[in-house]
Formats: sequence, C-alpha cells, structure tokens
Amino acid sequence: MLGWGGAGLALGAVAAGGAVAAVSPGGDAGPASDGGAAVPFHGAHQAGIATAVQDRLHFAAFDVTTKDRAELIALLQEWTRAAERMTAGRTVGGGAYGGPAEAPPDDTGEALGLRPSRLTLTIGFGPSLFAGDRFGLEDRRPEALVDLPKFPGDNLDAARSGGDLCVQACADDPQVAVHAIRNLARIGMGRTAVRWSQLGFGKTSSTTPGSQTPRNMMGFKDGTRNIPGTDEAALTKHVWAGATDGTDWMAGGSYLVARRIRMHIETWDRAPLQEQEDIFGRDKGEGAPVGKAKERDEPFLKAMLPTAHVRLAHPDSNDGAAILRRGYSFTDGTDGLGRLDAGLFFLAYQRDVRTGFIPVQRRLAASDALNEYIQHVGSAVFAVPPGVRDTDDWWGRALFA
Amino acid sequence: MRALRPSVVTAVAAVAALTAVTGCAEKSDGKGDGAVEVVATDDSCEVSSKKIPAGHVELAVQNKGSKVTEVYVLFPDDRIVTERENIGPGTRARITAEIKAGTYEIACKPGMKGKGIRQTVEVTGGTAAARSPEMDKAVAGYRTYVQAQADETLPKVKVFTDAVAAGDIEAAKKAYAGSRIGWERTEPVAESFGDIDPKVDVREDGLEDGQEWTGWHRLEKALWQDGKLGAEEKALAPTLYKDLQDWQKRVGRADITPTSMANGAKELLDEVATGKVTGEEERYSHTDLVDFKANVEGAERSYELLKPVASKNDAALTASLDKQFAALDALLDKYRADKASYDFTSYDKVGKADRKELSDAVNALAEPLSKLAAAVTK
Repeated sequence: MLGWGGAGLALGAVAAGGAVAAVSPGGDAGPASDGGAAVPFHGAHQAGIATAVQDRLHFAAFDVTTKDRAELIALLQEWTRAAERMTAGRTVGGGAYGGPAEAPPDDTGEALGLRPSRLTLTIGFGPSLFAGDRFGLEDRRPEALVDLPKFPGDNLDAARSGGDLCVQACADDPQVAVHAIRNLARIGMGRTAVRWSQLGFGKTSSTTPGSQTPRNMMGFKDGTRNIPGTDEAALTKHVWAGATDGTDWMAGGSYLVARRIRMHIETWDRAPLQEQEDIFGRDKGEGAPVGKAKERDEPFLKAMLPTAHVRLAHPDSNDGAAILRRGYSFTDGTDGLGRLDAGLFFLAYQRDVRTGFIPVQRRLAASDALNEYIQHVGSAVFAVPPGVRDTDDWWGRALFA
Repeated sequence: MRALRPSVVTAVAAVAALTAVTGCAEKSDGKGDGAVEVVATDDSCEVSSKKIPAGHVELAVQNKGSKVTEVYVLFPDDRIVTERENIGPGTRARITAEIKAGTYEIACKPGMKGKGIRQTVEVTGGTAAARSPEMDKAVAGYRTYVQAQADETLPKVKVFTDAVAAGDIEAAKKAYAGSRIGWERTEPVAESFGDIDPKVDVREDGLEDGQEWTGWHRLEKALWQDGKLGAEEKALAPTLYKDLQDWQKRVGRADITPTSMANGAKELLDEVATGKVTGEEERYSHTDLVDFKANVEGAERSYELLKPVASKNDAALTASLDKQFAALDALLDKYRADKASYDFTSYDKVGKADRKELSDAVNALAEPLSKLAAAVTK
C-alpha cells in the first residue's frame, strides 16, 4: 500500500535450516524438505522481519491479564520454548497424543504431519505494557515507541486496536500459522487473553526483489521498492534499532506498526482505469511508474499527480524515510451490507516510528488520492525486541533484566 | 443447558468405575507383572486368563497378525468398558481399567471391522477399584452435596411452580432464578440421567422435531417475553415439579467417581463458556449470572473435595486453581451488591467488554481445571 524506494536488488534467499525432528510419540514432524523448510528461530534479530515473506499470516494482539511480573516472565519463557519447537515443525509440550487419557493433550494437533512451512513467530511489546506501575517497566519504555497520533480519516475500532503483546505468525501453510497462535493463546490463558487477531493471505510486499511483486486487493503491484531483507546496509539504516539509539535492550530489535486498512472494494472496482492508475502513480499491468516502461524503473515523481500514492509515500517526499513493509491482504467474509470486508493488513518495521511511519502517514492521510477508497479501522504499535540467542535465552529477556 | 453431548459422567455412570486407558506403546515385554495377556492374530484372540480379579485390570496386548487390530472390553450388552484402537501388526499395547465383578467379553477386531473375535471372561471378587480412603471420602462428600442440593431445591421450585399455577407473574419471576441454583450447581450429575434434563432444562433451540417444550425455559419465555400465563403454561408447573422430584429421588444414586467429579467440574465451566457468557441460556430473563455463579460453585465444590489428593500429585496445579477460582469469584462479586444474595446484575446490562473479561476469567480457570482429572488418577 505505501510504496518506498529501497536500495539494491539482491536475490532473497530463504533461510532453510533443516528441521530435524524424528517421528516420536506426540507427533513431531519429520525432516523438512525445501517447500516446507524451517526458518531458524535463534539469531541476532527475530525471524519474521527480514525473512523472505511467507504466504500466510495469523497476527494476534494480547492483553496481559496477570498483574504479577514473575508470571509474565514465566509466560514469555514458556512461549519462547513453544515457539522454538513449533518453528522447527514440532509439537508443543508432551505432544498431541500419547499422554494420559484423562488429560487434554498439550498440543492441539492440527499441525500434525504438516511441515514447518517456514513458520516464523515474532513477538512485540505494546506501549500499554510499560504503562503505570504494572510491571515496573515505566522507565524501560523506548522513546521510539510512541503512541500513534490520530490521523485524519482514521476510524479506529478499539476492539481491533492496541494490545500489551503481539505475536506475528507467518507461514506458507495457513494451518501452521493458526496452530501456532492457537497454542500460544492456550498456554497464555490465565496470564494473557487474546484481544484481537487477524488472518492474512497473499503477501502484499515482497522482501525478495528477485521474485514477482505481489498484488494487493486493488489489483496493483505493491512493494516494488520495499527494503529487501537481504540488504544489510538498508536494514541497519532503516529497520534495526541501534545500540546507540537510546534503548539498550532494543539493540537489534525493531518497531512495528500494524494497521487494519479496509478497502471500499466495490467503489474501487467501479473507478475508471485511468483514475486507478493516476491514484497509484503506476500502471496496472506492468506496475511501471508514470512515464516509465518497466516496473523497476526509477519513479519520476514530478510526472505523477501531487496526490498520487507512490509519490506521497516515496522516501524522496519524506526526507528519506523508509520502512520495511510486510503486509497481507485480508478478506473476512462480507459485512451486513453484502460488501466484501477486505483490505490490507499493513505491517511495517522500522528503526524509529517517529521518523518512519508517522511522517509518511501524516502526508498520506492529508492528501493521498487513495483515501477516497480506504479507511484505517485498526491500529497498534509494538517494540519488537532483538532475537533469541539460544535455548537459554527468551523473548524480551533484556527488557526484564 | 445446551444440546446434550455424551457427558463423561454418563459414560462413567454406565461403566463400572473409573476407566483409564494408557496410550503409550508397551515398553517391556508385558509379562510377569500381573497383566492379562491378550494375543491377537488375524483369526484368533487368545486371553491368558478367563478369571480376572476385580479392581485394577491390566491387559497386555500383542498383535501377532498382519492386520491392524482393536481390542475391546465389553459389557454383556455390548456397551464398551474400555477399548484400544489402531494396534498395528507386530506391536504391543497396554490397556488398563477399573472393572467391577461380572461377566465381560474381550473382543479383538482384526482389520478394525465387524463384531470381532470374542472371549468371555469372568471378573470376580470384592469391590471395584481399590480406591484410597481419601478418594472414597471425596466421592462420599460429593454425593452428600449433590443430594443436599436437590433437597434444598425442591421447596424453591415449589414456590416458583405454585406462583406459575396461580398465574402470579411477578411472584413467579421473583422465584425463577433461585429455583435453578441447585440444579445448575450439580448439572453434570443431573445430565447423567439422560431423561430428566430434556424435560426440565431444554431451551427452545434444543428441541427435537415433535418434542414438546416443557420445563424452566418454556416458563421463562412465557413470563418475560409473552408476559402472560395461559392454561397451558399453568399446567406445565406441576409437571416441572414432578420431574424434579424424580431427580431428587435418583440423584443420590448416580455413579460418581473422582474422574467424573473432576470432569464434571470442567463441564460446568464449559457450560458457562458456551451458554452463560454468551447470554444464550437465559435469553428472556437475563438471569445468566445466577446460573454462572451456581455452575462455578458446583465446580468449586468438586475441586475442594478432590484437592487433598490433587495437591499431593500436582501442587502447582492446585495453586493455580485456587488462584483462578478466587479471581473468578471476585469478578462475579462485582455484579452483586450483597455477597449473601444471588441478586445479580441483569445480563443484558453487561456490556461487550465486561463479557469478554468474564470470558477470559472462565478460560483462565477452565484451562487448568481440564488437568484436574489426570491429577486425581495419577
């Protein structure tokens, strides 16, 4: 939806760590083959950000219901262990069968026999987690984790916004992504409660420039100039929080903005082709910027209307601001009026929300011609901590240190 | 209540006593530990002993055939005591159960089809499960509780049904919710008598074709939605009282085991999660929170009685249950001014966010509660 220039055209390579789990009681998956390979869970950064974008999403925001800091820490440790297992294609706890007959199995079982499917699980901490004296985290809140201002045109549903925690599950198989969120939610019961969740399909932004650019629900190629997940220099500059950025525990982490953007599909479909192309600033077939022939030709912004989406979102219009987009399309059936409840579940990672999403969205909300056809109905922002180093480490350990 | 599903209590009421099937593959050779050996082939089913002492029975099954098989222990009328499916060729499995004295059949089903190859066995001797005195005490305590609930409920039902029969709408409305508390506290036991629940506690959406709608909810609709009591409704009042007298007479004889108590507690929370939190149960009177509280109280009673055993086997679980019961009770107390009364906020006045908070608290309790049965059968 928001278009950016990123640098470089490197081929994105899928990190395919072999998930080596022998078949064992409880139903752990067998070795992964390429199509359903495992993405390594451990690393300097969390997987699921620069990782080549998978086909499916289940994103969940949680409220923390416990008031006990130790319980919250225990939960994050349990979640981390479960995430290690699930991303490797294994079951949680004692598996999905074979345990005591009187007890419900630890794992819900619907991913049995499915491969890891490049499942990534990425956690984030919302502003409300740092609020008041809830967990003694007041002075740990990063300055870059600001509450988003109200943008003109926002029509936010509180029931689809915010959250103390979030988990982004991405996988090539929707059942694998849903299984992951479902099992984390279950482990969390009594300490967390799901606040809202969103399913997504049809990645709308590629982080692998070598592959075909996906199209959004409006039929336009989206993410042509996204930051490639393979461009270390661009990631360091625009995506990863630095050690000197002011929040030590966030070094190697990132900041995530999630927006549920509803599209007025039916009216869009009635818009003339010329209007559609003028609004985006690219042609519909090839995706070439106005006045250019090829999708990847450098956009000439002045050739576009001043209100064109690509022009307004481009780094050159925003003092070089660039963010890594990882959004998905959604279609949640139809609304009561028979209209498709569809749109873009926008996800963007950046080094600092104040210099990333906010200035760009201010500009778009003020004058983007696309606003006639879209409405932002859900919103959340999260601090995404650095990666889990090894099996002794856990999600957010540095925050609670 | 919701449409009936086979309740664990029902199953256990039918079965001799608590039945545990272990799902792990046999590790040892299955010999020399007092287990009854069952050797299954594609055309035979050999049992090492035709006379088995009552109580804790273990079957060590070996499939020497070429087909996947199943092994069943059956009552004479073919009801299942316990079973194990999917025993592959060349594999072993172990089946354990608590079995009372009587005549049973062991059936091997090569290819997992048909009536199977059968052997009759006699189970002889004294009592069923050699349960610990602690467990016996828990079961006895629960039996007393269940009977007391029925005994205390009947006079309250009488006030309600008399008011209905007299056409006194206001008095009937006042007596309605209170007349249901004892029933709601012990619902899983009541449901184990499959014939009573559909007469007294069925909702309109739960009716089968041609089934006459009787009981509390029929009168609830007449009182709150129609605002009138005709001859038909008035005639239903004595029927409700009579059906509940039947419950009172039989409830003390229900088959109760530690497992059925634990599962019953979980089922009460399931009732809350699927019927009360949504406002479906009392859709006309909106007295859902009264049922909700009664369900939780019944679950809590089961738990308190099982706790001495459960806490020895799984102290972390009982600590978590103590905490979550207290949290849910505290949350429910927000909806009544006087803790001594069952005068709760009308559920149509409880907004979406508050309902979600209640739902989250139910999940927080029901999740550990689902582990109670395993903690009392260790």
